[in-house]
Parts: sequence; C-alpha cells; structure tokens
Amino acid sequence: MWRSFFEELGLNVVVSPNTNKAILDAGINASIDESCTSAKVYMGHVEWLIGKCDYIFVPRIAIYENGDATCTKFYGIYDIVRATFPQAKLIHINIDYEDGQTEWNAYKKLGDELGAKPAAVKQAYKNAAAALKNYELELQAAQHALLQSPKLKVLIVAHPYNIYDALIGEPIVRALESLNAAVLYADIPDIAHMCEKSKTISRTMYWRYNKHLTGSIVHYSDKIDGIIFMTTFPCGPDSLAIELIQRKVKDIPMTNLVIDSNFGEAGLHTRIESFIDILEAKKETSK
Amino acid sequence: MKHKISFPHMGKYSVPIKKLIEELVGDSGEVMLAPSITKKTIELGSKHSPEFVCIPFKYNLGNFIEALENGATVLFHTSGDCRMGFYNEVQEQILRDLGYEFEMCILETNSRNRSLRDFYGMFKRLNPRLTYARTIKAILLAVRIVFAMDKIERYVRQNIGFETQAGTLEEIENTFLRDVAKAKSIFTVGKLYKQAMRKLESVPLNKPQNALKIGVVGELYVLMEPFSNYFIEKELAKFGIEVTRFIDVSYLLFSPKHKIPYLVKESEGYATYDIGADGTDSVAKCVYFAKNGYDGIIHLKPFGCTPEVNSIPICQKISEDLGIPILYFSFDSQTSETGVKTRLEAFYDMIEMKRETVK
Repeated sequence: MWRSFFEELGLNVVVSPNTNKAILDAGINASIDESCTSAKVYMGHVEWLIGKCDYIFVPRIAIYENGDATCTKFYGIYDIVRATFPQAKLIHINIDYEDGQTEWNAYKKLGDELGAKPAAVKQAYKNAAAALKNYELELQAAQHALLQSPKLKVLIVAHPYNIYDALIGEPIVRALESLNAAVLYADIPDIAHMCEKSKTISRTMYWRYNKHLTGSIVHYSDKIDGIIFMTTFPCGPDSLAIELIQRKVKDIPMTNLVIDSNFGEAGLHTRIESFIDILEAKKETSK
Repeated sequence: MKHKISFPHMGKYSVPIKKLIEELVGDSGEVMLAPSITKKTIELGSKHSPEFVCIPFKYNLGNFIEALENGATVLFHTSGDCRMGFYNEVQEQILRDLGYEFEMCILETNSRNRSLRDFYGMFKRLNPRLTYARTIKAILLAVRIVFAMDKIERYVRQNIGFETQAGTLEEIENTFLRDVAKAKSIFTVGKLYKQAMRKLESVPLNKPQNALKIGVVGELYVLMEPFSNYFIEKELAKFGIEVTRFIDVSYLLFSPKHKIPYLVKESEGYATYDIGADGTDSVAKCVYFAKNGYDGIIHLKPFGCTPEVNSIPICQKISEDLGIPILYFSFDSQTSETGVKTRLEAFYDMIEMKRETVK
C-alpha cells in the first residue's frame, strides 16, 4: 500500500532489501539490548536506508477504529528512530483513531507535507487502498485453495513482520515445506472477521494484530493438523496471548518457537521435524 | 456465606484499597490481605507464569496463589495501559487451571473505561444492600487517604536521607497509615494528615544547602512496590540524597499533568506522540529533571517492559544532549541485590565527582 501510494504521487521509492545478517547486526547495534528482535531488525533497515534516499518513511500506527491497539512498540517506533538516528530525515503518518487521526487523515497530511495536490492525494490513497485490498483477496483465495490439500496442514500463528522476514521467519516456512507440509498463515483471513471470532478465546484482548491471529485459530480449528506459534523475544503481547491460547485450545497439537537474534537454524529444524512426526503419527492413529 | 476478598499488593496502597473494599462490601464480606511479599511469593508466581512476561505479573500471581491458599474467594485486580490490561484474563485462566475456585473483579483504572455505574454494579453483586450514596462516600474516603499518604510519602522521600536519627520519619508515616486505616470519614483523614505533617516537619534535619538531587522515573509497579525494586529508595537515602519521584497513585489517576498532551509538551520535542503507557512520562520527566538542576536520574523497569524499553533510547538522547547521567535498572526474578547496591554506589560516586568538577 505504501509503495503504491508514493508511486501514485510520482515519487521514486527505495525499499530496503530482505533482511540479512548485516542488517540484523546493524539493528542490534542501534538498539538497546531488551528491545524485541523484530524492532532490532527494523532499526537495521532504517540504518540501511540512511543516505540512500531523501526521506525515510516511518509510520506510527497506534489505535484503530474500535479502540483496538497495536503493540506498544508501534506507538513509539517513530520517536525511537528519531532519537537513535538524529541525522535521518523522516516522514511519517500517525494513525490514532482515539486522537481523531484516521487513516485517511494521516495520508492527507503526508500528501500535504510532500507538496502534492489534495485531489491527487485522495486518488493515490484510494488506489493504494484498493491495491492492498486486491492483494489480500488474492492471498485469501490461495490459502482457501490450500485447505483442500491432502498434505498435513500446519497453521503458523505469527506476526506478518516476523514470519515473512527472510532471516527470521522464512527458514521455518522452508523447513515445513521441505517436510511436505502445507503452510497456512494466521494473518491472511479477513481481519475484521477474525477479530470478531477471537472473542470465543478471549473476551478482553485489545491488540488488533493478536486478535486477528487468535481469530484465525478459531476459524481454522477443524481444518488443520497442528499450530506453530512463532514469536520474537521478548514480545509483550505474544507473551500473554500465546499462554492464554495454549491453555484454552486443547485438541490441536501446538508448539511455540521463540526466535531471538542469535538462533541456530539446525536446532529449529530438529524441533520442526519432531513436531511434524507427531502430527503424522496422530493422523495415522486417527484414521 | 461471607465473601473473603483479597487483592495483589503494591507497596503501602493495601491500606486505601482495603478500606475501599471494606466500606463497600459491608457485612457481606471481609478483606483478607494477601501475605506480605516474600521470596516465596515470587517463586510461586514465576513457576506458573509465561516464560517472558514482565515481573509484575509474577508478583501478582504469587500474591493471588498465596491469598487463595488462605481461603480467599473473591480476587480484585486492576487494569492498565500496557500488557497489564490483559493480565487479569490470563491470570484467571492460570489460577483456574491450577484448580482454584474464585470470582475475579476488576477495578478499572483506565479513565476511558472508568464508570461509576459499572463500579457500583460490581460491588452491588457482592453486597446487595449497597447504595449509590455509600459507594460515593467510600470512593471519596479512599481517594482522600491516597492523596494524604502520597503527600506524606513525598515529604519523607525528599528528606529521609537527612534525618539526624534514622527511622524517625518512617515511623511517623507508619503510625499515620495505622491510624488512617481505622478512619471513618474524610474529616478524620484530614485531621490525621495534618497531625502527621506537623510531626514530620518538626523532625530535625541535617540537610546541606546543596544536597545531591536525584529524580526517579520508570514503570509504575516497580517504582511503587519496594520489594520489587530491592528497596532502592531506602538505599538512596543512605547516601544522603534528595529523591524526587512523580509517579504515585494520586498522580497516575488524577493528575492533569499525567495527560498525554501535557507530557508531550513537557518532553520538548523528544516525544512527538504517546510512546505507550508511562514511557511518555519517563521521557517528559527526564527533560524536567535535566532542566531543573538535578544531578542524576534513575530509571527503573521490569525486564522487557515495552513502554519503558521504548523510552530508553529517547532518554539516552536526552542524557547526551542535556548532560544528565541516567542509571538504568531492569528487574526480574533473578536480579541480585548486591548488584543493585554496587551499581547505585558507583552511580553515587560518579554524580558526586561530576558535582566536584563543575565547581
């Protein structure tokens, strides 16, 4: 969506490359040690971009329509980047419905700041939102088709910024696919719908992204063979959300992979392999 | 059957909370305080907690288990702006999985969701004879106690390092807390408060004109529960330092200065937005302390506390720009007390030397 918004306005977009060891190391050096691994990766990407473009886009996304919040890290990341890299020139949006900052408002301001005409900004926003929506629908259709697969179906419950990361999440997906499992992602089904479904597991959860993932577990509960939670150390919302889900969902085998900045791929592989073995054995016996 | 009500500890605040609940439930229940926090509390709490949850969760859970073991049937919990707001549902599930039977009630602290009607409804279920008038009276009484004890504690904190006879101030404070626990009306509280303040002010102090001044910022639970911060303020007092801390319950719940727009303004550009829970407060107060002639700042947080982890890079920038030293502590169940003391000592030596060279 962001890329398409800026390109619609006729700007050149530079996107940092897939995460690699160098980016992660730069991020670790630019962060305090207790910051979560995902935020460290983010800082690495920001540092990579410095000097390669005129402005770096660092959004602040805090509270959505219905009062659901993002993780606290998202609240502060703009100010953290400012404090850590005072030399970087930033542009940003602020989405905070509680403060009257709707998504459209945020993009309107951003467009103003970039000197674009209001009508052009509106069109760019519309097109960008539509592009995102289309992309989401495609993913949903593909995932829906996968449900028919005869393979073992494993649902990955992880934040998109973790599981689609080339360094942090992809090794897990590769390992699963090499073991001939069908991989489903909990962040793909429609978010509003899933947030509603999450209420059967938790009445009071207020993190939008975790509600999304939790709702997907309910959504897929009778269609999957196993669940893999994947989280980065020490993720605040996940620390509680996963605990609650594991205590409430009883009949699906699940495992929890916690990733930090110095993990070994071999150990990860062994754990995934034994988890798949368990799922296979269970499937055999239930036949 | 009478309800047996309990709640987790947080410093001395068990006095007003107990009072509030007692006034509201009347004869239909009794308040039994959870046993004081000990090493065993935190061991119990850690054992049944998720792996990398923050430390207040473990203390709360330990308190709950110990209270339930003593026969509690109703547990009170509170809400919060960070992941603390989700504590109660997870803790309730953990305790039920352990086989305890109880009822969980939430004292809503978030100004967004605070409503007198819900509050009244919750206590009405516990005590069918409750009236609105009585509810309001009980709230006023508890709030009055909180304000009085916070003011007294603030005075004690600033001056305890300079007593001529160690323990005098604290004893007056403790007497006040003991007496106020029996108070029946806000007028009695007011009278007791005035008495205590008079006594405190008449205690002889040996305070030099230019005593070292330190500000304390950070996450609210580890700031207000001395057990969880290894009684750090007492340690500081031994060095003869004047300690200032803004965060206490009256400040958090009622101060207009704790609102985000004010804090963002006070942070002078270091925070553009709310960075989560009390992180913004830490940033704003670091700027305040730096600009008001303080010699150093101590920042406390539980390990992994996201809002405070957010605030640290910004505080580091403030420290660099405005030249004020900041010492960061991160508490978990494995923190060593000796380590805390050594680091405090080194910090004290450092700010004292800094003072000398500036002269």
